[in-house]
Amino acid sequence: MSSYTQKKGFGATVWDYITTVDHKKLAVMYLLAGTLFFAIAGFEALLMRIQLMKPNNDFISAGFFNELLTMHGTTMLFLAATPLLFAFMNMLVPLQIGARDVAFPFLNSLGFWLFFLGALFLHLSFFMGGAPDAGWTSYASLSLYSPGHGIDFYVLGLQISGAGTLISGLNFIVTIITMRAPGMTFMRMPLFTWTALVSSALILFAFPPLTIGLLMMLFDRMFGGNFFDHTMGGNTIIWEHLFWIFGHPEVYILVLPAFGLFSEIIPAFSRKRLFGYSSMVFATILIGFLGFMVWAHHMFTVGLGPTANAIFAVATMAIAVPTGMKVFNWILTIWGGSIKVTTPMLYALGFIPSFVAGGVTGVMQASAPLDYQLHDSYFIVAHFHYVIVGGIVTALFGSAHFYWPIFFNRMLNETLGKITFWVFFIGFHLTFFVQHFLGLMGMPRRVFTYMEGQGWDQFNYISTIGALMMGVGVILMVINCLMSIKGKPAGRDPWGDGRTLEWSIPQPIPFYNFRQTPLVRGLDPWWIEKQEGNKEITFAEPVGDIHMPNNSAIPFVISIGMFIAAFGALYNPDADKPWSIYVLIAGLAITFGAMIFRSVKDDHGFHLHKEEILEIEEHLYGKGGNK
Amino acid sequence: MDFNTKFTPHTWPDHPEQATMEGKNKVVGFWIFLACEVVLFASLFATYLALKNKGPAGMEFTTQSLFELPLAFAMTMLLLTSSLTSVYAIYHMRNFNFKAMQTWLGITVLLGLGFLGLEIYEFNHYVGLGFTFNQSAFSTSFYSLVGTHGFHVTLGLVWITTLMLRNAKRGLNLYNAPKFFVAALYWHFIDVVWVFIFTVVYLMGVIG
Repeated sequence: MSSYTQKKGFGATVWDYITTVDHKKLAVMYLLAGTLFFAIAGFEALLMRIQLMKPNNDFISAGFFNELLTMHGTTMLFLAATPLLFAFMNMLVPLQIGARDVAFPFLNSLGFWLFFLGALFLHLSFFMGGAPDAGWTSYASLSLYSPGHGIDFYVLGLQISGAGTLISGLNFIVTIITMRAPGMTFMRMPLFTWTALVSSALILFAFPPLTIGLLMMLFDRMFGGNFFDHTMGGNTIIWEHLFWIFGHPEVYILVLPAFGLFSEIIPAFSRKRLFGYSSMVFATILIGFLGFMVWAHHMFTVGLGPTANAIFAVATMAIAVPTGMKVFNWILTIWGGSIKVTTPMLYALGFIPSFVAGGVTGVMQASAPLDYQLHDSYFIVAHFHYVIVGGIVTALFGSAHFYWPIFFNRMLNETLGKITFWVFFIGFHLTFFVQHFLGLMGMPRRVFTYMEGQGWDQFNYISTIGALMMGVGVILMVINCLMSIKGKPAGRDPWGDGRTLEWSIPQPIPFYNFRQTPLVRGLDPWWIEKQEGNKEITFAEPVGDIHMPNNSAIPFVISIGMFIAAFGALYNPDADKPWSIYVLIAGLAITFGAMIFRSVKDDHGFHLHKEEILEIEEHLYGKGGNK
Repeated sequence: MDFNTKFTPHTWPDHPEQATMEGKNKVVGFWIFLACEVVLFASLFATYLALKNKGPAGMEFTTQSLFELPLAFAMTMLLLTSSLTSVYAIYHMRNFNFKAMQTWLGITVLLGLGFLGLEIYEFNHYVGLGFTFNQSAFSTSFYSLVGTHGFHVTLGLVWITTLMLRNAKRGLNLYNAPKFFVAALYWHFIDVVWVFIFTVVYLMGVIG
């Protein structure tokens, strides 16, 4: 029995997960970490909604409310939605393009650990003197003078986790460019891979401005810089520009992979190829491009002048065109299809009208004069939650159902899944639909309470009930996931409607993914093979040796170094903590030392021989391989 | 191709940096990384231009009073020449001439050290005049932009030196050829950024 087929002890399993470079294990880790932070941020939202349930409520204090709204937004966008989408990208992109791993498995692991330790650092703020409280946008005019270390946690935590996100994005781009199987041309790539590519390109160009913005905030708050201090000639608007040059593309970074996931679910359960594939690809690229042209629509009320406002207004409205193309393509894919209303399909059907509602209010705000009225009101809150929950969260829930067999070789319960959908979906509309009216009636966002008699009481009450329903929905979803542990193995292509390469792999997926590299003969290759009555994908090579990367603990050490250094920087402005600078230096020394160690120590990976492959497959699938 | 294969100048591939899958990934990945660095520096340039000459009321420091072109010119010459010598190094890497490559890389590092020395002298000089990091928005943005470049130069020097020392005894193979290649790419990038710093900060500061 070789070492690959032996059962491991607990310690060895933990060590395996810390050092792993396998994209499938990292995907599971992203999924778990993302779910954890999703639950935390959801809980924060519930606390806020309970506080706003009735006028003049004193359930939580104003200061804590500010911390909650900041951490809810920051966590949901950076530490929940991003890693959950990365979970799907990590799992699916290599499988969909027929690769054995990503281009840089080491960097994949580094990206995860930087993200996770950065997120952990940010959340430690709750226990170490208070969380950041200047909103997820952390405008410099507020955050520069926020007392305590909350904002410092925000700056350093996001700096570290942002570096992780950037590294992962770079990795996906290279993987998709260089690691495609024979025959997998760009215009045969599954749409999810396309959106992963465009979204990664957005990460690449959007995160450096954030990095610089955070660096400036770090200098200003911790090392006496003057970027944003107007008495020293600084300018706080610089932060707003840099933040939104990052912040607006960030929305598309999240929503494009969500579009991609629905573009996989809808054809599968309409049992038709995706309508207008090329126009979908074009629309994805166009959205990505236009996403960088519109950042100042968040700043209409700053006073940039009518010319700038007009240009950004028109550019913003233009985004509705490629997005509309996508919506029509999804509808026309469903049109005339042989539709199966499974749970993932239910989420897709719920997504289309919800997202369109969010998109339409977005175009309304693109009109600068109207935006002066809507700015900083609950209308904005309603709008972006329609886009984010209606677009991204439904995509995550739907694809969790759809891809659970790829992740864990188990199916989620369909009945419970449908109940979850209805509870969550009704709760979602109940929460946010009325917030449009609240906004139009003048309720400002980010207030911790309000007076009675303004006509806001009833809608706020309804909104809170909806939020509680969403909470129940999430709990049902988690129960469904936990129940699947006891479920039966799902096997290959359990929906029977899989179209792309990931469904062609026998379950459980071996760590090298493909025993033989597949030959891609068109769009939806697995569908083509099934149409021709083939039980197996066509292979591009005979069974032979496979080259695989080694596991490594260095990514973890590099990230730990950054984690330690962040504490040093955090306490640097405190006069009573002279040791902080040494902590900073020690942390950076660990990081750079580990990088140099990695550089001078050769790492060639290893070869898996044909005999070992056959032995592993016999262990996984029984005698006679996977025939 | 295997990493342990021994080569002669005749069997050495034309593009050794891209002869293996790992090498190809590394080169593509590095170009993409550089694209991201461009955005990073663009943000710093934009901030510098917004905060140039801005400071507390009555600040006497301006780009005209502070910067001197001869020093900036000398630094530019050192760094541009070092870019040329790194081209020679890669030329010899492609011709499987390890010794010549190491020599030219060594010269590159020396020129880079010269540049860094002048930059430290320059910063030290400004600090002596009272133009410290905390003095004004102008000083903070200046040190951030030029200092980030200087930090990149330092990293590049450490990187190239580490590569030279690590591979001193074993010569060229397909495992380290991509490493030398991307280090040279990085060095060129640093040089290109300096061209923009020279133009935007020094030339436009003194003349514009």
